[in-house]
Amino acid sequence: MSQSIIKGKVFVVGDNIDTDQIIPAQYLNLVPTIPEEYIKLGSYAMCGLPDNYSTRFIKDGEVTTEYSIIVGGNNFGCGSSREHAPVALGGSGVKAVIANSFARIFFRNCIATGELYPIEPEEALTSIFKTGDEAEFDLEKMTITAVNSGKVYKLKSMGDVRKVIDSGGIFEYARKTDMI
Amino acid sequence: MGMTITEKILAKAAGKEEVLPGDNIWVNANVLMTHDVCGPGTIGVFKREFGEDAKVWDKDSVIIIPDHYIFTEDEKCHRNVDALSVFVKEQGLTYFYEPGTDTYSGVCHVTLPEKGHCRPGEVLFGTDSHTCTHGALGEFSTGIGNTDAGFVMGTGKLLIKVPESIKFIIDGKLSANVSAKDIILKIIGDVGVDGATYCAMEFAGSTIDALSIEERMTICNMAIEAGGKSGIIAADAKTIDYVQSKTDKPFECFESDGDAKYRAVYNYRAEDLKPVVAMPYSPDNVKPVSEVTDSKIDRSYIGSCTGGKIVDFIMAAKVLSGNKVKVPTFIVPATVEVETALVTEMVDGKTLRAIFEDAGCEPIAPPSCAACLGGPLDTFGRCNTTEICISTTNRNFPGRMGSKDSQTILASPLTAAASALTGYITAYEC
Repeated sequence: MSQSIIKGKVFVVGDNIDTDQIIPAQYLNLVPTIPEEYIKLGSYAMCGLPDNYSTRFIKDGEVTTEYSIIVGGNNFGCGSSREHAPVALGGSGVKAVIANSFARIFFRNCIATGELYPIEPEEALTSIFKTGDEAEFDLEKMTITAVNSGKVYKLKSMGDVRKVIDSGGIFEYARKTDMI
Repeated sequence: MGMTITEKILAKAAGKEEVLPGDNIWVNANVLMTHDVCGPGTIGVFKREFGEDAKVWDKDSVIIIPDHYIFTEDEKCHRNVDALSVFVKEQGLTYFYEPGTDTYSGVCHVTLPEKGHCRPGEVLFGTDSHTCTHGALGEFSTGIGNTDAGFVMGTGKLLIKVPESIKFIIDGKLSANVSAKDIILKIIGDVGVDGATYCAMEFAGSTIDALSIEERMTICNMAIEAGGKSGIIAADAKTIDYVQSKTDKPFECFESDGDAKYRAVYNYRAEDLKPVVAMPYSPDNVKPVSEVTDSKIDRSYIGSCTGGKIVDFIMAAKVLSGNKVKVPTFIVPATVEVETALVTEMVDGKTLRAIFEDAGCEPIAPPSCAACLGGPLDTFGRCNTTEICISTTNRNFPGRMGSKDSQTILASPLTAAASALTGYITAYEC
């Protein structure tokens, strides 16, 4: 993944979205490195969200999502170390999660797999965006723009993490930099 | 300047004199553990990146412990265990605790110390977030994803960030109805589910010293529930005796310097601690039992890496002995060794198994992770509808034990058993 501008709809979630909500444990029988099971994992992304989320992340009968950006609150991805979580999001078509903060293993798994960009905003965005809003996420400027209002919000720098995800994950990065 | 125990272990593993929190360092791993849920994906990454004919970095150090989805009819789960078996044979791995054979053990986090794979001063990586359990034996131990595990499998190394440490000092004598689970739930309630994100949680004090190794494991096991990278308790004579009874391998014990730097230090008096529970839907939604005694429960579950060890069943048996449960009560020993102890350990002159049977518990399940994380629909003890389950497990996020409509209340074995007798959240009256 190395495109610098990601345009798309946002899906807004609250605090402490744990890995069981991202991909419920009953689907952990699927193996992320088997291509057809990668797609299947994507089709179940976010299906563990409670029913008070009235908008479905993936429409019935579809295997990918119309939302390319998730906007989240604190501690996104807490819980299990299952790499199935960033893989399911990546497989569903999500390019970036912009959350106030991330749980450690989920954050690391995003980087190691290169599946998506885990990014923190300068100010909380969960009450600014609503699900379905169009947004434009600029990786160079590190901003997200609400297309309707034209307002621009700053994002925190990803530092060295950016290079790893741009390369496609830890192995590609390690090869590029002669670490392996 | 002084270093914490975590910094000392990581410095040794990186071949450095000293490390500082925030340093990104390459460390040598002593052990890599994987299981049936993440093993096949880890092997997939390993083969994709290092080649079909690649060999693991050390056949004695890659330890495979299938435990999650063992007793199910689900064909993909069986396929995943078979894939591990094929890999073990192909690689000639020394340690494989294979389902359906005499070597089967059960839950990885209880198996690892039982079989002598946890040793003070070492670095252990596992493809499971509760790998932080093993810090209870004075080592650095943390959970990683498949891709990082694939990297370790091939190289024996991993690039990690040295965590800041937070110290929790607990001194004094616990009440008879308060256990290690109450200590860690209280701490998680105080710091929050992200209060220790990226940090090493170090536990010390006379209360911790007095705890058994298994109780110390309960505490470190739930470090991840506060966002911690690891939990750790410095090895003492009790640890050394325990480890030497399991393995002949040499090991080195470390302890924090007096002038080591911490992000924060918390002090607790054991006498102030009370039985607590974490109400739905977060491990930090912690309440004293005395405030929630009118909350009804539909079932009680005693099991998992957190609450399915021998010490946990001894506590439950003390409460259930001579009484009858009012709600379905599920007993899931973590490992075969724990299962065996149910017929060798006695309380009030009766075996634990007899106590559970006489109390009217459900037929005891074979050792595995079972319903702690829901799992396939036919999993023993899984909450398939709107059950409210009081449980000795570690997480209570929406849908954790199965259906999104179910609720999980986290409790100690004493409280889970006492609640089984009344049908309401109840502390053990001793």
